[in-house]
This record gives sequence, C-alpha cells and structure tokens, in this order.
Amino acid sequence: MTLAQEINGRLRKAPAWPIYIVFTLPGLWWFYLGATGGLGAEPIKALEHAYGKFALQLLIAGLLVTPLRAYAGVNLLKFRRAIGLMAFFYVLAHLLVWLVLDVQAIDRIWADIVKRPYITVGMMGFALLLPLAVTSNDRVIRRMGGMAWRKLHRLVYPAVILGGLHYVMLVKGWQLEPLIYLAAILTILAVRIRWKQRFLPA
Amino acid sequence: MAGRWKNDLNWSDVTPRAEFLNRRQLLAGVGALAVGGIAGPALAKIDAVKTNYGRGLEPNSYEDITSYCNFYEFGTGKDDPSRNAGRMKTMPWSVRIDGLVDKPGNYGIEDIVHGVTMEERIYRFRCVEAWSMVVPWVGFELADLLNRVGVQPSAKYVAFETLLRPSEMPGVGSRVLEWPYREGLRIDEAMNPLTLMATGIYGEELPNQNGAPLRLVVPWKYGFKSIKSIVRITLTDKQPPTSWNMANAREYGFYSNVNPEVDHPRWSQATERRIGGGLFSAREDTLMFNGYGDEVAGLYAGMDLRKNF
Ligand code: HEM
Repeated sequence: MTLAQEINGRLRKAPAWPIYIVFTLPGLWWFYLGATGGLGAEPIKALEHAYGKFALQLLIAGLLVTPLRAYAGVNLLKFRRAIGLMAFFYVLAHLLVWLVLDVQAIDRIWADIVKRPYITVGMMGFALLLPLAVTSNDRVIRRMGGMAWRKLHRLVYPAVILGGLHYVMLVKGWQLEPLIYLAAILTILAVRIRWKQRFLPA
Repeated sequence: MAGRWKNDLNWSDVTPRAEFLNRRQLLAGVGALAVGGIAGPALAKIDAVKTNYGRGLEPNSYEDITSYCNFYEFGTGKDDPSRNAGRMKTMPWSVRIDGLVDKPGNYGIEDIVHGVTMEERIYRFRCVEAWSMVVPWVGFELADLLNRVGVQPSAKYVAFETLLRPSEMPGVGSRVLEWPYREGLRIDEAMNPLTLMATGIYGEELPNQNGAPLRLVVPWKYGFKSIKSIVRITLTDKQPPTSWNMANAREYGFYSNVNPEVDHPRWSQATERRIGGGLFSAREDTLMFNGYGDEVAGLYAGMDLRKNF
C-alpha cells in the first residue's frame, strides 16, 4: 500500500465536522489574547493581521486539494467544503475587525473602499467569496446542479488572487512574505490549469 | 533653551565606564535569553532637566515604547526590533559630521554629549501608519550640536544616516529599503528648538530598538523622519535623498509633516490610534503638525502643504 493509499484509507471514515471546531479555535484564542493584552501594544492591527493571514492560508489550502489528488493521489475532497467555509469565516472576521475595531466610523468605511485600492481589492475578494459560501451546502448544490455549481465556484480563483494581491499592496516597501504568498497562489493556479488541460475533455 | 545651562554631564560619567561596558555585554545576554517580552533591562540612567514640554500628556508605558517599533534594519514586524536589536554594538560609537561645517570630523558619542544640556521632553509621536504614542525623551537640541560644529552660511539642509552593519542587522538582507537609512531636514527645521537629538527615554539611555545611542526626534513630522542610530550628519546645500521618499515618492514626501488633511494614498491621516488602549480603544483626531503648530507653522508659511507633503 502506498503512503497516499494509506492516508486515504485512514481518512475515509474521518468526518469533516471536526475541521470546523479545530479551525475556529485559533480565532477565538487570538481574540482572547487580544482582549487580555497578549497580542502586544497594538492588538487591533495584530488581530486584523492574524485573521487575514489565516484566511489566506486556508484559501490556499483549499486550492491545494485538487492538485494533491492529481499529483500525490491523496484525496481530501471530503474536507474541501469545510476548509473553504472556514476561510470565508476568517475573511468575514477580518472584515469585521476592520469595520468595528479599526475604522470605527461608518462614513469612513465607504470612503476607504472606494479611495484605497488595497481595500477595494480586498473587498472584491470578499464579494466573490460571498456567493460561494452561501452555496456551500448540499441542498443548494442539488438545486443548482453540479455543472452550474462547479462553474460558480471557479470564482474562488480570482478571489484568492485578489486576496494575495491585497496583501502585496498593503505592506510598506517591498517585503518578501506577501510576494511569496502571491507567487504560491499563482503557481498553484497555473498547475491546476495545466492539469485540467491535460486530463479533462474540454 | 539651547545651551543656556551647561553641565559636565558626560555619557561615560553616568556609570563608571568598566561597569557600563559590563552591563552592555550582560544586556546582550539577557536579550538573547528573554523569551517573549522585554526583561526591563538595567540601562544607564541619564540626569536630565525636567521641562514643560508635554506637561499634561500621559506618556505611554516603557513596555509599549520599547516593544512596538519600526526599525526595518532589524525586521519589518513591530516586535522584530525589540527581539533583534540587542545584537547591535553601540560602544564605541562615533558620528561623522561633514559637509558645509567649520569643524568636520568623526565625533565620539562622548564628545557629542559632553557639555550639552540634557532635557526630558514629553512629545507626541505620530507614525505615518496612523498610530501614535507619547514618549518622555531625554536629549538635547540638535541646534546645540550644529552650533558647536559651525554651520556655514551656504548650508540649506541637514542629511542624516543610520548605521549599516549587516552582521548585526538581520533586516538589511532584504531590500525593503535602500540602505543605509537616510533622512533629512531643512536647516530651519533642524535649528527649531523642538528638534531633539535623543539619547534616552524615561530617564535612561535608549534601548537599541529605539535608536541607541543617538537619534533624531522631530515631533511635528511622521515618525520615520526621526532617524535612529545616527552615524553621519552632513550639512549640504541641496535637498538630500531620504529613504522612504526614494522608495515611494508618491506616498512619502520630503517634508512629511503630520497633516490630518492630506491622506496617505493608502489610508486616511485624519485620525490615529493611541497605542496602549487595548482591543477596544477609540480613534482620536490627528492634530495639524501633531499639535505643534504654534511652534512650527511659521516654517511653512506660504507653502502649499498638499504639494509639499
Ligand atoms: C479575500 C479576502 C481577504 C484576504 C485573503 C485578506 C488577507 C489579508 C492579509 C493576509 C493581510 C495581511 C496580514 C499580515 O500582514 O500579517 C491583510 C491585511 C488587511 N486587510 Fe485583508 N484580506 C481580505 C479581505 C479584506 C477586506 C474585505 C478588508 C476590508 C474591507 C480587508 C482589510 C484589511 C486591512 C485593513 C488590513 C491591514 C492593513 C494594515 O496593516 O494597515 N481585507 N488582509
């Protein structure tokens, strides 16, 4: 038995619901730390960054599910919805920290969205993720039909690119880390597109 | 009050020199051992005259001031400087003063602080990233130093440079900025009595992450103008290149005066968040010239501050 088969075998019976719990815990923990002085002198930015970063990591994890199956034979398809939804919730938490704790003023929110390109780009990413989150349950999938659902969910590609771009745009100066994230995103997407062209009939 | 009251305070007089050096070495060790947090190091005390600057302002805690820093030579994270700056050797330290001055040369830090009036001044500090602190600096007026070395009439600007020592600065390996870090002031800004050369905070010498052993403090400008760990001061007749302006001229102007009406292209400068208020702290309105308009607005009379941001 190969390693991939063994992993697949072990995961066959594992339910997906623990993912929701396990991935919610760090968010609660960061909030607790922030509220009790554990995130340093400026907890608002720290929390905003922690949620944004984790959201981006989860989005990337979601993108890896298909290539992992194609190239390594590891099948995590069953967990993809939970990963994707958790990514969405962290983007939402990130947005809420920005709204409620960071910016604080209603009139500033719209001004920031239209005036600041990195916010505009982040917001576009969020807007693309919204319909995906809403349609991530069995009932809607059945109603939509697999084809339409898959088509809609291709929106995750531009959404992740926007998320990565947002990160590159918001740092001061040329910093390496956001560029690495963006490069990773683009590489994964390039690999996926190649794989599709090779293995799927148009 | 530049030069009004001379004392014999000398950097190395503060603590006997041998003990002082010992402490420094000890400190490096403590810094390396301290895990997660600032281990309230025993930095040498500086005798400073109390002043009225900042009376009524509540300073940020020592912990806030020394743990939340931008000093990209040690990394871009706010906590990187407090973790990494312990490696920087600040003894011995000399500053090359050159250009349009009567007495150019390499001045040891002991010479520079010899005979100057050390004052404690509590200033607001406003970062370009829209956060702020209140810091009880210890230092002397830059004008004192410039007068001692003799500024020639043709000098129009002062340029400053930060130490660049890659073996002690893990952040300079990445090209976030073009090193060494550079800053500059117009000569009248440099001579303004508010402009401070700081050597300490809270009555003690500066911790490395705050720009030891000598840094500039220009309280009406965004924090990045207040260049740290200075090794060179050049008097010149041309506006000197400055690091953030070189990196992105559209976002960071030469003047960079605190101005709530001129936004940074990527965020508003109308309000700021005072560090130390916790997760639910409210934003405060940013003040024109960071509240120092009475002292400095005259320097910019007739200038379009939207263009000269
Ligand atoms: C696809 C959606 C998004 C992703 C993946 C994302 C991700 C990120 C990441 C990775 C960071 C940097 C964290 C760090 O430096 O450690 C960040 C920062 C930030 N994001 Fe987002 N973000 C998204 C959407 C949004 C939205 C919708 C908003 C608000 C409208 C927003 C506002 C911000 C702000 C204000 C910062 C901090 C900027 C600063 O440091 O001043 N983001 N985000």
